Amino acid sequence: MSTYDASFRIWRGDAEGGSLRDFTVEVHDGEVVLDIVHRLQATQASDLAVRWNCKAGKCGSCSAEINGRPRLMCMTRMSTFERSETITVTPLRAFPVVRDLVTDVSFNYEKAREVPAFVPPQGVAPGAYRMQQVDVDRSQEFRKCIECFLCQDTCHVVRDHEENKTAFAGPRFLMRVAELDMHPLDAAQEAGLDRKRTAQEEHGLGYCNITKCCTEVCPEGIKITDNALIPLKERAVDRTYDPLVWLGNKIRRRADL
Amino acid sequence: MAQVDRQQWDVVVVGAGGAGLRAAIEARERGKRTAVICKSLFGKAHTVMAEGGIAASMGNVNEGDSWQVHFRDTMRGGKFLNQWRMAELHAKEAPDRVWELETWGALFDRTPDGRISQRNFGGHEYPRLAHVGDRTGLELIRTLQQKIVQLQQEDFKECGDYEARLKVFQECTVTRVLKDRGTSGGERVSGAFCYERESGRFFVLEAPAVVLATGGIGKSFKTTSNSWEYTGDGHALALLAGAPLLNMEFVQFHPTGMVWPPSVKGILVTESVRGDGGVLRNSEGERFMFDYVPDVFKEKYAESEEEGDRWYEDPDHNRRPPELLPRDEVARAINSEVKAGRGSPHGGVFLDVSTRMPAERIKRRLPSMYHQFKELADVDITAEPMEVGPTCHYVMGGIAVDSDTAAAVGVPGLFAAGEVAGGMHGSNRLGGNSLSDLLVFGRRAGLHAAEYADGLAGALPAVSQAEIDAAATEALAPFHAADGAENPYTLHQELQTTMNDLVGIIRREGEMAEALEKLAGLRVRAARAGVEGHRQFNPGWHLALDLRNMLLVSECVARAALERTESRGGHTREDCPSMERAWRPVNLLCRPVEPAPEDPAADRIVLVRTRTEPVRPDLLALFEKEELAKYLAEEELYE
Repeated sequence: MSTYDASFRIWRGDAEGGSLRDFTVEVHDGEVVLDIVHRLQATQASDLAVRWNCKAGKCGSCSAEINGRPRLMCMTRMSTFERSETITVTPLRAFPVVRDLVTDVSFNYEKAREVPAFVPPQGVAPGAYRMQQVDVDRSQEFRKCIECFLCQDTCHVVRDHEENKTAFAGPRFLMRVAELDMHPLDAAQEAGLDRKRTAQEEHGLGYCNITKCCTEVCPEGIKITDNALIPLKERAVDRTYDPLVWLGNKIRRRADL
Repeated sequence: MAQVDRQQWDVVVVGAGGAGLRAAIEARERGKRTAVICKSLFGKAHTVMAEGGIAASMGNVNEGDSWQVHFRDTMRGGKFLNQWRMAELHAKEAPDRVWELETWGALFDRTPDGRISQRNFGGHEYPRLAHVGDRTGLELIRTLQQKIVQLQQEDFKECGDYEARLKVFQECTVTRVLKDRGTSGGERVSGAFCYERESGRFFVLEAPAVVLATGGIGKSFKTTSNSWEYTGDGHALALLAGAPLLNMEFVQFHPTGMVWPPSVKGILVTESVRGDGGVLRNSEGERFMFDYVPDVFKEKYAESEEEGDRWYEDPDHNRRPPELLPRDEVARAINSEVKAGRGSPHGGVFLDVSTRMPAERIKRRLPSMYHQFKELADVDITAEPMEVGPTCHYVMGGIAVDSDTAAAVGVPGLFAAGEVAGGMHGSNRLGGNSLSDLLVFGRRAGLHAAEYADGLAGALPAVSQAEIDAAATEALAPFHAADGAENPYTLHQELQTTMNDLVGIIRREGEMAEALEKLAGLRVRAARAGVEGHRQFNPGWHLALDLRNMLLVSECVARAALERTESRGGHTREDCPSMERAWRPVNLLCRPVEPAPEDPAADRIVLVRTRTEPVRPDLLALFEKEELAKYLAEEELYE
């Protein structure tokens, strides 16, 4: 077991303002950044505000920016840094600060409410759902999301553009639309809800220009851009510009008369 | 006089894990205005940590399964101390609760014919666990969360307010359940006193029905798989409101937690690793579990490695490997191997799946485990064994409840569901029975809380200003600590060491008596716990408040463990090593000393022995006579 003293700079403050504070703190073998923050709380700053729950990369609570990069503190091992390096920990930049490393993430919960829920198929009783594994694989990938909101934090559409927040759901919730759209039994279409159209018109899919920053920071390794956002864009485009779809709509409308 | 915001609701649910959310959905669907108090952010509850699956006898993989078999397995796993009516309801209703999740959008892994896949687990006779890889808890919490959002969307459509009938109070904590102590309706629940983490502000939710669904107590132990929130809040709130706790000596140590590096010690390694074929070996390469099959299970487990291995392919003609014994047995076996000097370099044993399955299959079946070991321990589980050892995981004991209604004993208006409720699992819980427990009894608690609230129409209990003032004073005490105040973090660490070392997996009379003395000392010091800073998002303050709950619950565990002079399930006494049939029908109730003593050193808990209700004859008939003779007390057999 080897132990050394590390230099940390941690942002402390609240909505009124704040600054980076320097700390020297002991580090043991195998520790992660969250361990060090806890040691600071226990020994030097009992009121240092930080969110955390499971400390196993499963709940997505301890999101912060470590040396400027959005990460989970519980999954960032100290061994990935040089011992001489100063490690800077700051709150997520895209959200308003509450205190120290804690930010107000209510934006995400508001966006979650704007995505219409799963629509169960009519006439299929509980217990009678049949789906093939290959058909649920894709949506299952998106359901691995632990809602750490690192993708929401890093996405350049909102990271430094507060004004885009009203019109843009962010990668996490566009992925949620994709997940429901790819769910083999979702009956939105039958209920008159076109998820592809709403992605474009109500959740701001068009703002995304597929720079893949969200995919890069995802601690679950979900291919948000390639597997969710790009296919959703393709489907939305098909719907709008495909001449056959256009013709079909015309004919159906006539038949409705 | 404390000026606090007061709101009126029909049902308040304390806790936003599986049980709490399921209760809230039910109460709201029954037309009740429902508030959920969520200690963390919405969707972060400890339920996300559940990996293996939800036990339900749907019979999708083996048609031989039925609720009767599930009931039998549950009773055996709990060594017959289970509140049998709960085990019965649980086994009967679990399939409906799982299927219901699909109609809310859950996506479980599938069988080749498109149904919900089910996997093997310790103590379950058939493959029974509905699962999503090894992240089933996340699927459960997300599905319930999204169902709540769907209900809120309905309310928005109807009245323009998402939170009109169902509101989640994120990052809020309850410090007291309030009671109307007036003479007219007798003592009954009147609401909850809460604080908001972000601002530190107090508020009161007035409600005739309160459902406690706060989970467990693991944060009182040093090595634990439990998360930040697991400080026994609901257990303590119930006690402080006058409701007794049942059989608190039974604490489950999960056999497989990570042991290295030190900072991740205790993090869970799912039982699915063994369910899918993983084996346990000691430092001599031996599959030692074959030496640890207890008498009551002798006929049901393989006697040779060959038979155990054949079982995975042909379960009808072979018996299961002993790696799949109930958790208490496996945890004790690992403990013994390490003690005998046959442990791994970091004080555990080896759990190997790399020689049992191709790498691709491991990554598909156990993606989180692969990720967890790779990221946190530099171990590639597809190429080398894991090092694992026991970790505090679950408390079987909890609030004494009525089996059908989830109503707490003796306090009208108080309900409890999930880990915080006692009885369901007896002395030891089977893996997979927790998620199903949350759904079955979460729904029942929500249903009966709603009915109870309906029954009161008009005659609502009152919240007294005096009680609010007392709760506010208590919660602010850590800011007024005198010089020489105690550091809450230090106290917490000492508490964890005390419980881990003295009331841990193997218990001895002298050590438990010593633990009780230490707990008294810690209570005295905790009364002087002080914090720096102000009320806005102050974790030191929150910990100081949680300490009251952890100390109270720890006293229950230690006192009950000292009293029960036998070994059964999650309670192992080195000085009383065998299971005693005479103890089978005995419940130990922890009751609060009333009125609460002024002196912090004084005992807070008295123990009361009660007799379990006799098992209904048609349920007893599900077992062979010879098997019952191994468990039931002499006089019970005659009945």
